[in-house]
Amino acid sequence: MTFGLVFEQLLNGLQFGVTLFLMAAGLTLVLGIMNVVNLAHGSLYMVGAYLALAAAQWTGSYLVGVALGLTGTLLVGMLVEVIVLRKLYDRDHLDQVLATFGLILFFNELVAILWGRASLFASPPSWLAGHIDLFTGSRYPAYRAAIIVVGLVTAAILWYVVTRTRLGMLVRAGASNRTMVSALGVNIRLLYTVVFGFGAALAGLAGLMAGPIYNVQPGMGEAVLIQVFVVIVIGGIGSIRGALVGAVIVGIVDTLGRAFLKPLMATIISAPAAESAGPALASMLIYLLMAVVLAIRPQGLFPARG
Amino acid sequence: MLEVRALTKSFGALRATDGVDLDVREGETLAIIGPNGAGKTTLIGQLAGMLLPDGGSIRFAGEDITRLPAPRRARMGLARSFQITSVYKEFTALQNVALAVQAQSGHSFRFWRPAFADASLISPAEKILGEVGLEKRMHVLAASLAHGEQRQLEVAMALATKPRLLLLDEPMAGMGAEESQRMIGFLATLKRRQTMILVEHDMDAVFRLADRISVLVYGRVVATDVPEKIKQNEEVRRAYLGEES
Amino acid sequence: MSRKLLLWGVAVLALLALPPILLALQQPFYVDLVRRIMILAIAAVSLNLILGYGGMVSFGHAAYIGVGAYAVGILGFYGVFNGWLHLLVAVVASALVALAIGAVSIRTSGIYFIMITLAFTQMLYYLGISVAEFGGDDGMRLKRRSQLGIVDLNDPVQFYYLALVLMLFSVFLVSKIVNSRFGMALRACNSNEARSRAIGFSPYPYRLAAFVIAGAMCGLAGALYGNHTNYITPGLMTWEQSGDLMFMVILGGMATTAGPVIGTFAFLFGEELIKALLGLKAQGWIEHWQVIMGPLLVLSVLFFRRGLAGIFGKPDA
Repeated sequence: MTFGLVFEQLLNGLQFGVTLFLMAAGLTLVLGIMNVVNLAHGSLYMVGAYLALAAAQWTGSYLVGVALGLTGTLLVGMLVEVIVLRKLYDRDHLDQVLATFGLILFFNELVAILWGRASLFASPPSWLAGHIDLFTGSRYPAYRAAIIVVGLVTAAILWYVVTRTRLGMLVRAGASNRTMVSALGVNIRLLYTVVFGFGAALAGLAGLMAGPIYNVQPGMGEAVLIQVFVVIVIGGIGSIRGALVGAVIVGIVDTLGRAFLKPLMATIISAPAAESAGPALASMLIYLLMAVVLAIRPQGLFPARG
Repeated sequence: MLEVRALTKSFGALRATDGVDLDVREGETLAIIGPNGAGKTTLIGQLAGMLLPDGGSIRFAGEDITRLPAPRRARMGLARSFQITSVYKEFTALQNVALAVQAQSGHSFRFWRPAFADASLISPAEKILGEVGLEKRMHVLAASLAHGEQRQLEVAMALATKPRLLLLDEPMAGMGAEESQRMIGFLATLKRRQTMILVEHDMDAVFRLADRISVLVYGRVVATDVPEKIKQNEEVRRAYLGEES
Repeated sequence: MSRKLLLWGVAVLALLALPPILLALQQPFYVDLVRRIMILAIAAVSLNLILGYGGMVSFGHAAYIGVGAYAVGILGFYGVFNGWLHLLVAVVASALVALAIGAVSIRTSGIYFIMITLAFTQMLYYLGISVAEFGGDDGMRLKRRSQLGIVDLNDPVQFYYLALVLMLFSVFLVSKIVNSRFGMALRACNSNEARSRAIGFSPYPYRLAAFVIAGAMCGLAGALYGNHTNYITPGLMTWEQSGDLMFMVILGGMATTAGPVIGTFAFLFGEELIKALLGLKAQGWIEHWQVIMGPLLVLSVLFFRRGLAGIFGKPDA
């Protein structure tokens, strides 16, 4: 276990965290402002991956694929908001959970009909397919580095929009006191559609970036979504800052755990025992972390409402 | 019986409760009055246990209950009625009160016998409904009761917990003249055997029922005295009655 | 005799008569299907306790089916085939897991509670996948079915009647619980939490107890289900399974005695119906039946909330 190896896994953790953040940011706003549980957020992640892949294959250009994928996801997101979600704002959480659950089944199956159930292979563009040299002397995949950069830049843009623009102010106000914002005469419907669209685009971005690394297949969104839930619970509902901190923590803990827990345990207990206990414990780490945070601060680390 | 000292609670920059001192002696009825926005709801919330104060203390029957959660206070004998009717809509009036009786009879970890067939719950509930005047409406769903009847049910439920101190939050809220008179009459008989805190806007009720009155303005108690003295108190007239007219 | 009791009687008689009739018609598939439905109905009944009566939107209930099934599988793996021991371990293990998860989750509410129960179930799923000895992702075959002595689970019809008895027993048990003092306290806290706290009910202990009871009962269903499928996989504990369970409860009508049973029958028969229709009309589409199921579920939530049991009478308060 060299420092170089640890650092590389740290970067992987950061890259995973950034992916989680992009999804968590949109979802936490939807949860905080619109008070809607949207389980279909993972489907938007999946849609982004598939649309970008299909568009790239169709046009032959990675970047055009990205642009079309993002736009497509944005449109799908807004369609979902108008057709289904709008009717759920006044319903209780149970209805929202069930309705968006139905959406998941629909989207997963639709994707399977269009592209089949098998995993699709997505590759990074040729100009990102190489490696970059780290100061530790080892090399790191350029594509993953690019994801980290894009993610952090997006986080910075989000921070700017949320803290420095009028729209952002409305979003923050809405996250901490929804009734007040609508009482102030703001066009709530438009705000909701915009917020939801933003969230969908971010999820689509996360999905299309993740495509080359993880599998592009029906149902790819749900596994990530649950980890996003963990991020939001840890970070606090309605808070972008919480989403970022939570995502980075979860990403790093999960990645380092999977990489190093088994060898670490093998030094304490016997190797064969660590062989099964290691991965088992590693897969449970972030949930145990969530339980600990809940025990200490049930509303998360940076809740939007005081 | 109740001792409140230097109670404070702020919401951001707003000091809703600003160093409140209160005393309620056993057997007396203390009325708390004040203009809208005086902080009555916040004060009640802290007394009942729904809100935690930022500072100060509340002692009930000699024990410090400042940070005790609401259910514990209720089991200790501090009952409240809500200003905005809060009953179990899908249960009948009788079942509502029976639930209050049940909550007071130790733990509810009994899994087999039907609760609403239990005479030890139903009989006291019927009795209390009779006292409050709802005996004819016992089997009506709470949601179907008239507004005034629901207010009566509120009081009945609080009474069912056999309270040592009864906290009534605007019991007459939204009631018509006749209903109010009936409620006042009932409270007048009740006060003979019950220690009460009465938060009310209805001045008629206040002056008929209160042994002492505390006036709350902007989160502070500006005066606590017997009704006649309060009527004459300059500061009170200025801050409260003056504003009203 | 009350109308409800009469309807129950008719239903039970029908279920009792089903196997001989189906076997005479040479349709053993349907005996298995109804048996599967009844086992899952036990899970739905348990979920109804906390969801319908307790108001706790637990999106992780399928976890206990998994725990129960794995109890059977793991004990069998180590050569223990005593069915009574299987059932006992399944119930106790599920109760303990529910206690652990509930203790943490029930301190939260609303959106948090949903996400957290979902997350913990996922954790168990990943645990199941990562333990390679018990098959990991692929799962494991049961070496032998649970040996119960008086009932031979290898006989489809005997197993069917056992499932029927246990289903009726769970329905009876839950109906007793929800009308007891405990059930009333739970329902009161669900109906109006502020009011409940004001009269002296602390919601947490009652909710946690209900959560544990529901988990234990669902663990029983899991043990039966493992024997039914003869194959134990982590796929039993996915959140899709949890979602399906919730639909069965909602479809039938929450907070009713018959609701979960009706809902499970409706849901699973509906599944079979959609598959059959697709098989008739569009052969290649059978495997994509969920593309129809999904929107149907969405529509049912949007427009049809009271559930099917509402047809037979008013739901319990």
